[in-house]
Amino acid sequence: MHMNFSEAELAFEAKVADFVQANLPPDIKDKVDRGIELTREEVRRWMEILGAKGWAATNWDKKDGGPGFSIAEKFLAEDAIFMNGAPKMVHFGTRMVGPVLLAFGTDAQKAKYVPKILTSEEVWCQGYSEPQAGSDLALLQCAAVRDGDDYIVNGTKIWTTSAHCADRMFALVRTSKEAKKQEGITCLLIDLKTPGVEIRPIITLDGKHVFNQEFFDNVRVPVSDRVGEEGDGWRIAKFLLGHERSNATYVSMNKRNLRKLKEISADQRADGARLADEPEFSRKLADLEQDMLTTTTMAMRQLAAASADKPVGPEASIMKLRVMDAYKQCHELMMEAGAYYAQPFETGHIRGEANTSWVGPDYLYRMSPDYFESRAMSIAGGSHEIQKDILAKRALGL
Amino acid sequence: MDFELSEDQVLLQESVTRFVADNYSFEQRRKLVDTDQGYSDKHWSQFAELGWLGMPFAEEYGGYGGTPVETMVVLEEFGKGLVAEPYISTIVLGAGALVNGGSDAQKQELIPQVAEGNLKLALGFAERQSRYNLADVETKAEKSGGDYVLNGMKSVVFGAPTAGKFIVSARTGGASRDEGGISLFIVDADAAGVSVRGYPTVDGMRAGEVTLDGVKVGADALMGAEGEGFAALEATIDQAIASAAAEAVGAMSTLNDMTLEYIKTREQFGQPIGKFQVLQHRMVDMFIAHEEAKSMAMMAAMRIDDEDANERRKAASATKVQIAKSARFVGQQAIQLHGGIGMTDEYAAGHYFKRLTMIDRSYGDGDYHLARFGALS
Repeated sequence: MHMNFSEAELAFEAKVADFVQANLPPDIKDKVDRGIELTREEVRRWMEILGAKGWAATNWDKKDGGPGFSIAEKFLAEDAIFMNGAPKMVHFGTRMVGPVLLAFGTDAQKAKYVPKILTSEEVWCQGYSEPQAGSDLALLQCAAVRDGDDYIVNGTKIWTTSAHCADRMFALVRTSKEAKKQEGITCLLIDLKTPGVEIRPIITLDGKHVFNQEFFDNVRVPVSDRVGEEGDGWRIAKFLLGHERSNATYVSMNKRNLRKLKEISADQRADGARLADEPEFSRKLADLEQDMLTTTTMAMRQLAAASADKPVGPEASIMKLRVMDAYKQCHELMMEAGAYYAQPFETGHIRGEANTSWVGPDYLYRMSPDYFESRAMSIAGGSHEIQKDILAKRALGL
Repeated sequence: MDFELSEDQVLLQESVTRFVADNYSFEQRRKLVDTDQGYSDKHWSQFAELGWLGMPFAEEYGGYGGTPVETMVVLEEFGKGLVAEPYISTIVLGAGALVNGGSDAQKQELIPQVAEGNLKLALGFAERQSRYNLADVETKAEKSGGDYVLNGMKSVVFGAPTAGKFIVSARTGGASRDEGGISLFIVDADAAGVSVRGYPTVDGMRAGEVTLDGVKVGADALMGAEGEGFAALEATIDQAIASAAAEAVGAMSTLNDMTLEYIKTREQFGQPIGKFQVLQHRMVDMFIAHEEAKSMAMMAAMRIDDEDANERRKAASATKVQIAKSARFVGQQAIQLHGGIGMTDEYAAGHYFKRLTMIDRSYGDGDYHLARFGALS
């Protein structure tokens, strides 16, 4: 029993860190550091840099065109990428759509889509939730009706992260209303430039545009873009959610956020001394750091188990709960650290569209928006309550 | 990165599991802790035969060269049955202090006796005013010719009633609460001027108030250099935290199993109460609390011998904070989910709750270690 990475693994981590330091464009790094929303062009530019290096799909095997990282290397690579200032990105293509196509796709689909996923030439989003189908996803109604070699899609998808930056959507649609609600769901790959697709932004509490709602009005999707058979959608969605629940990435995000929080609380003053030394605040800081150490240790346990090819059980849900709790708490403390300066809110700065200087210290103006944004962490990707239902059922047999 | 036990460690675990299954049913334990001594000499001899008493010590002192991981394995299983023998007080605290601060001659003399089961030790480090501050020592040791004379009182010394020797912290210099000037001494339990007022603790264990009234010891009773005993004392308490954490993890494991079984079988409103989502989510939170504590107990076992004292301190404090959080939650909620039966002395859950609660009162509580961790981070 030991908690050390091998010399070779540490050397690998250093190699990734060097690459990010040398290749992360300074303008993107600066925006990430300040928490300014990245443009579609900036997101793609960084994804293509990673893609060209062959590191966009850290989770892919060599035979599929990925780097073939061991599980420890994958963890270390992602950690080094984050800790050196890269943007937080949701790689729907490499994390979710790619693995699904490799597992369930036709040869033609693999040939058409996988290479461009690997290079990030095409960006994907996922169309799951609908206004009436949130935690109870199986209630989805967006309908696809067969018409010759096409499906005709009508309906809506919501809470779609970065749909406005994406070329294609991996969507769950209803092809039958006859069967049990979990049956009758089918996966379609939808080209978002198809006539009849409308993408409307949803602006969240933090003033940012990350989420979207899409409307499909008689959108034609070729049958050749169906993944699996009609009615396979639920099974495939469960496979995908399994991928979505591996939250080790957030351990690194938390580490980076804690570093930021410590910088802020060392700079902010309270009664003439560092805020970090104010008794109540320092206590909360220590409590958060202790929590993060626990989640990191649990992540290491899971990593070690995964490296030994042990099946990932309900631990994935535990990680989701605890990692996101720490994420939220960290953002709450960063907001608290701002005191009065938690209040100014000029969305132009958040969106990177303003040409005035911001009010107060440059590290503070985004802390409230980030706090409000962080509240989504226990809602998205299976809410905390759903995760607990899963654990009650699968881990405890209740 | 490896969180698996080795084959030998798995065998050790099986052997301790067997001992607990055979000897520590709830009824067996109740009878045992109700005796005057509160534990069994027969068990202690068995521990010696099985090699558990010599496990963490170097072979040159009659030990088996085990690591903190072996100690974790033993204590986690002990925790599952609430084993009452003074294992932590003798092996981890008493002999541990000797390993950390004693001379080679002192170790040669005492550790083999401990490993064979012929000598029990106890470590006196707390005092009436000290709370959890190990440097708050008012017991005095004054030089008198070649000897030292000790005066003072050590509070709530675990395992004191049956210890053959005490190791105590005493001030040979420095001001109140200085780390410098604290020395560790080995004192015979039957030396003139030593008196022990023994008592049971709320969790069924045994402790005592040890009064030192003009106790004369030779220079050979001093451990290490005069006035420099604090480092060894602090390291010993950090190691005790790792051990107590493992014991707490074991106790939480049993308590969670017991509670889960209860909510699956107890029926109200026409169905098992475990069908109610509010109880399901509570039980999930208890399950997570145990998993978190287990992760940290493993981390402590791997880090507690770190050469870097600060890494060791951080590991110990972070672990103790986690144990405080997890044990309190699991203990309190186990009683809540059991309802009335959980409040009774005749049902096991409350006894686990008591032990978990007292582990939080030992070696620094959650608040104490959160402050220590914060100062180190």
